Amino acid sequence: MAAVVSFTRTTIGKKMLMAVSGAIGYGFVIAHMAGNFHAFEGREEFNAYAEGLRTIGQPFVPHTGLLWVVRIVLLVAVITHVWMAIDLSRRDLASRPVKYAKKDTVQSSFATKTLRYGGTAIFLFLVYHLMHLTLGNAHSNFIPNDPYHNLVSGFQNPISVAVYLVAMAALGMHLYHGVWSMFQSLGLNSRRTDLFFRRLAQASGILLFIGFSIVPISVLLGIVK
Amino acid sequence: MKLTLNVWRQKGPNDSGHFETYHTDKVLPEMSFLEMLDVVNQDLIAEGKEPIAFDHDCREGICGTCGMMINGVPHGRQIAGTPTTTCQLHMRFFKDGDTITIEPWRAKAFPVLKDLVVDRSAFDHIIQSGGYISVPTGAAPDGNAIPVPKPKADYAFDAAACIGCGACVAACPNASAMLFTGAKVAHLAALPQGQAERYDRVLRMVDTHDAEGFGGCTNFAECEAVCPKGISIDVIAQMNRDLFWANLTRSQPKAKKESH
Repeated sequence: MAAVVSFTRTTIGKKMLMAVSGAIGYGFVIAHMAGNFHAFEGREEFNAYAEGLRTIGQPFVPHTGLLWVVRIVLLVAVITHVWMAIDLSRRDLASRPVKYAKKDTVQSSFATKTLRYGGTAIFLFLVYHLMHLTLGNAHSNFIPNDPYHNLVSGFQNPISVAVYLVAMAALGMHLYHGVWSMFQSLGLNSRRTDLFFRRLAQASGILLFIGFSIVPISVLLGIVK
Repeated sequence: MKLTLNVWRQKGPNDSGHFETYHTDKVLPEMSFLEMLDVVNQDLIAEGKEPIAFDHDCREGICGTCGMMINGVPHGRQIAGTPTTTCQLHMRFFKDGDTITIEPWRAKAFPVLKDLVVDRSAFDHIIQSGGYISVPTGAAPDGNAIPVPKPKADYAFDAAACIGCGACVAACPNASAMLFTGAKVAHLAALPQGQAERYDRVLRMVDTHDAEGFGGCTNFAECEAVCPKGISIDVIAQMNRDLFWANLTRSQPKAKKESH
């Protein structure tokens, strides 16, 4: 335990906690995106998938047991990621009390420079998304235990779809830099692997943006109804 | 060449400082950036004004003493296109009539002493905390008594090329000195002579880095883009790797007692 706590002592250790919590989130969004595609199979399959998430592991674990384990791990990851981000950002901003009158960058990408703001946008979206399709209090026509209905009726509103698309663009940009950054922070990167991790990050950002956007757009266009 | 210069003037560490504008038409394209400042300073001296203070020494691009933000980039590297120091930047990279903004390195850990001169003692403190190997003195060891594989030697040499100019800190959005610290950690971690103190070294040096008030690394990689010695952020990954292992296996080393 002392070894784990020692990671929070240095900025590098904190970055490693960001990387590990980010990796958990990265794994989650890939699984989430894959799961979303059940929407194209129709109401029964989609609802069966949703129910399957609750009954997974039965009879060895109680109903929604494993789902709660995953939820708690994700919650801890989100808290760690946000906490470390705030802690490190405050320090980073304080490290240059007098700003440059003129500052230029040479090679950092737009995704890199907007990581903090994109991260904030994703966090706000996360709150909205849970209230929209999980809890239902930001949904005008929410029926508990009928996720297919909630999905289809929720995305009839173009404003809601626009919010999802903007948030997924922010997520894509976050991963466009973040996935490579994860390997670099953990010290798993080197000259031999650098290009691979950069391409992996770029592909992840672009593919996840497309993958997540397909479902709300399909609902809005009436392909999924 | 006619130039307009916006230069940061600051009387001392406690002065708040301000920009002042200078015009000159005595600049030749063959001059180095520092020679251009020399010419401007001669005029200032002739007018009975205080010349612009800036650090410089070898003027050969190898000592790391000079350095200033030129149009928002350390050493004006983006203008020259290849990694360079301020003294090796020549006026032919500018156009007649250009306006150039010149500022000191900006970082909490690098307080401005005067005009464009900053105090880089924080770098010395990082090196003092672990950027060395402890060698018992005695007869000089035989050459090649300790075999070092060629790729390792090359890697160590690339990292050891750091001249401590501070451009990495100046370019970093967080004023982080991870490239500087990582370069020394990676240099010694690659060599057999560095192994004995390897994991204590990384803990001490990173601790000192943080204590000096530098920010953390956010992997922008701006540092490697402006490094006049072209040191890659590979060395930061190496330092992270070593720190990870050190965190898992070592308790925090106590500050070394001064024995000399």
